[in-house]
Amino acid sequence: MSDPYKKDSGDTVPGEGEDGAASLRGYTLGLALALLLTGASFWVASTNLVWAPSVPVAIVVLAVAQMGVHLVFFLHVTTGPDNTNNVLALAFGTLVVLLVIVGSIWIMGHLSHGMAMDHAAMGNMP
Amino acid sequence: MLGKLDWSAIPFAQPIPLFAAGLVMLALLGAAIWVTRRGLWSYLWREWITSVDHKRIGIMYSMLALLMLLRGFIDAIMMRSQQSIAVHGAKGYLPPEHYDQIFSAHGTIMIFFGAMPFIIGLMNFVVPLQLGVRDVAFPTLNSVSFWLTASGALLVNMSLVIGEFARTGWLPYAPLSETTYSPGVGVDYYLWAIQISGAGTLMTGINLVTTILKMRTPGMSYMRMPMFCWTALGSNMLIVAAFPILTATLAMLTLDRYLGFHFFTNEAGGNMMMFVNLIWAWGHPEVYILILPAFGVFSEVFSTFSGKPLFGYRSMVAATLFIVVVSFFVWLHHFFTMGAGADVNAFFGIATSVIAVGTGVKIYNWLFTMVGGRLRFPTPMLWSLAFMVTFVVGGMTGVLMAVPPADFLLHNSMFLVAHFHNVIVGGVIFGAFAGYSFWFPKAFGFQLDERWGKRAFWPSLIGFVLTFGALYVVGLEGMTRRLQRTEVDDWIPWLHVALAGVGFMMLGVAAQAIQLYISIRDRERLRDLTGDPWDGRSLEWSTSSPPPAFNFAVMPDVRGEEAYWGMKRRAIEAQSLGDEPAYESIDMPRNSPTGIVTAFFATLIGFALIWQIWWLAILGFLGTYATFVVFAWRDRDEISVPVEEVTRIDRARRAARARHLGQNDEEPA
Repeated sequence: MSDPYKKDSGDTVPGEGEDGAASLRGYTLGLALALLLTGASFWVASTNLVWAPSVPVAIVVLAVAQMGVHLVFFLHVTTGPDNTNNVLALAFGTLVVLLVIVGSIWIMGHLSHGMAMDHAAMGNMP
Repeated sequence: MLGKLDWSAIPFAQPIPLFAAGLVMLALLGAAIWVTRRGLWSYLWREWITSVDHKRIGIMYSMLALLMLLRGFIDAIMMRSQQSIAVHGAKGYLPPEHYDQIFSAHGTIMIFFGAMPFIIGLMNFVVPLQLGVRDVAFPTLNSVSFWLTASGALLVNMSLVIGEFARTGWLPYAPLSETTYSPGVGVDYYLWAIQISGAGTLMTGINLVTTILKMRTPGMSYMRMPMFCWTALGSNMLIVAAFPILTATLAMLTLDRYLGFHFFTNEAGGNMMMFVNLIWAWGHPEVYILILPAFGVFSEVFSTFSGKPLFGYRSMVAATLFIVVVSFFVWLHHFFTMGAGADVNAFFGIATSVIAVGTGVKIYNWLFTMVGGRLRFPTPMLWSLAFMVTFVVGGMTGVLMAVPPADFLLHNSMFLVAHFHNVIVGGVIFGAFAGYSFWFPKAFGFQLDERWGKRAFWPSLIGFVLTFGALYVVGLEGMTRRLQRTEVDDWIPWLHVALAGVGFMMLGVAAQAIQLYISIRDRERLRDLTGDPWDGRSLEWSTSSPPPAFNFAVMPDVRGEEAYWGMKRRAIEAQSLGDEPAYESIDMPRNSPTGIVTAFFATLIGFALIWQIWWLAILGFLGTYATFVVFAWRDRDEISVPVEEVTRIDRARRAARARHLGQNDEEPA
């Protein structure tokens, strides 16, 4: 439909109102950063620059940075006032993902602890 | 060639499903013959099946829901009668493996194909009208969503005669649902039907969230939206957040069953408790997905029939958003007895009690809306009042079970069954019926017969109280759920009371059917000429009944809360409708068969994967992809309604309004 709906503040489509050259520059920079971070995570895993037990932590850090790059350069989530809906949606999504993951880990951890079979005690049962 | 499918899939030895299927086939054949004789196929195809109009899609959702509610109700009759007969060593008429399929199908159908489509149908129909816009954000996607839901419903009903349905309950708990214990196709039917309709539901969620956030008429700021739009927003945000969890969980179970993975098995590092955990991380938000729009319906109904604005609008919005967030904090209360420690149980028990506060706020707001109002009691108001009384009881028993030690006694008992029927029937279904009778005149241009509406309401309410009241009692006496036969004499009278309640509800269902028939027969007497039969307060009542395809000839100009009430007051004070607006031609989305073609191929995919007919599954995927490509490369996606047409339609509406204005000038402000 072509009716001109009045736009409230905080109601623009991501990437709206950018000119071509600036947007191309943004995407190129985003692609370069994404490739760099991807390469870095392979590189971290294959050298011994990082202390071996902390390699998973390093990869998680790089993954979070990767998500940030995608959000900023490809999904155009910014902190500007025209972006309230996107930021709120992102916050709600993050909250739900964290709740489910942290909640599940907590619940299942408690469960395995509570349900752990004490084999010695079991053996003594009549 | 046909995978696991052969003649043994048809249950020739079981008379009940064969008879039921025969009856359904006959009914379908009869309907097809009637449509052919009337020459209505091309009308149906052009105006309904390929329609991308949100109103038509909403109506089709509701019709699917009514059919499926009937199907689920037949399952309920069978369960209640089986339990009443199968006592004192009698076996009843349903063998255990059949009984297990019936209670699984009852739950699956009632939630996924009865309650969900009804609620989504109401939101689809009402939300764009209330926002003052011409359609949802993605009209063709909306049609795809509907037809995918219908495809899932078709698969579940096909399982009646081709193969079997799951025997695992409405949520296929592992490891019972793994191939070791459920080698048949029942669980596969469940998985593919829910995945296909779940994809449709997720797309609806995205569609309606986008519509509400992006497509309001000028002046319709967030805090001026009708309450139903707010609850629809909450519900659809929950759909977008929660349904991916369901999809992922069922996908993991699918991998276990089809490719020998070990997510939820007993052996090889699988953890079946993880299934319970994940499925309820979706399952608890799901009950709020269902109930929030019902709360919205009640808000509209109470305010309209009290002749007052909704009391505490802002607190109502806050309570809705509070419920949206907190509904993700409570899922463990479905499995307190699983064996997590006291810390975990205490946290989720308290969170569960806290979420009741949001609903409590709403109950008081509705009460205060009625205080001092000029109350009227047509059918929608009766359903709403019955909801309020019974829902408080259901909420109380819920808070009781939120206390973990109490839950250890009541878990999986008939008390639990009574509780969730108390809130889902008394909340969602009463809400759906309130919405159905409230918006029916808007959808079809004539009102439902009030006398038969009341005759449908009272037996339904009495039957509901009798059935679930009795189930509360047997639950407290120790009866567990899903028993095919029982041996305890004390339960027998209560099981008979529950059966009598079902009898009353059958009267209610029959009265609803008669009401529909009488209303269609007497539609000239019941005609809604003004488009505002209830003296409504929100924008859907400002257009004609039924609304034109474009809903509003010019976009309404909203200047405050209760947009239409304000316009109406101004018109009554000035004794004129104001000047005729300048009409323009309107571009509307073009109808498209994308939805039904996609759903056709999705049904093929589902059926092929259930029976492991791989070539057919590949064919289905190729067909779906081809449909998408054809749709994406379309040349024309809009049609233009010429300005003369718009003018003609809107002048007729204004003439009806002007006549009405002349008759009602003594109406109090």
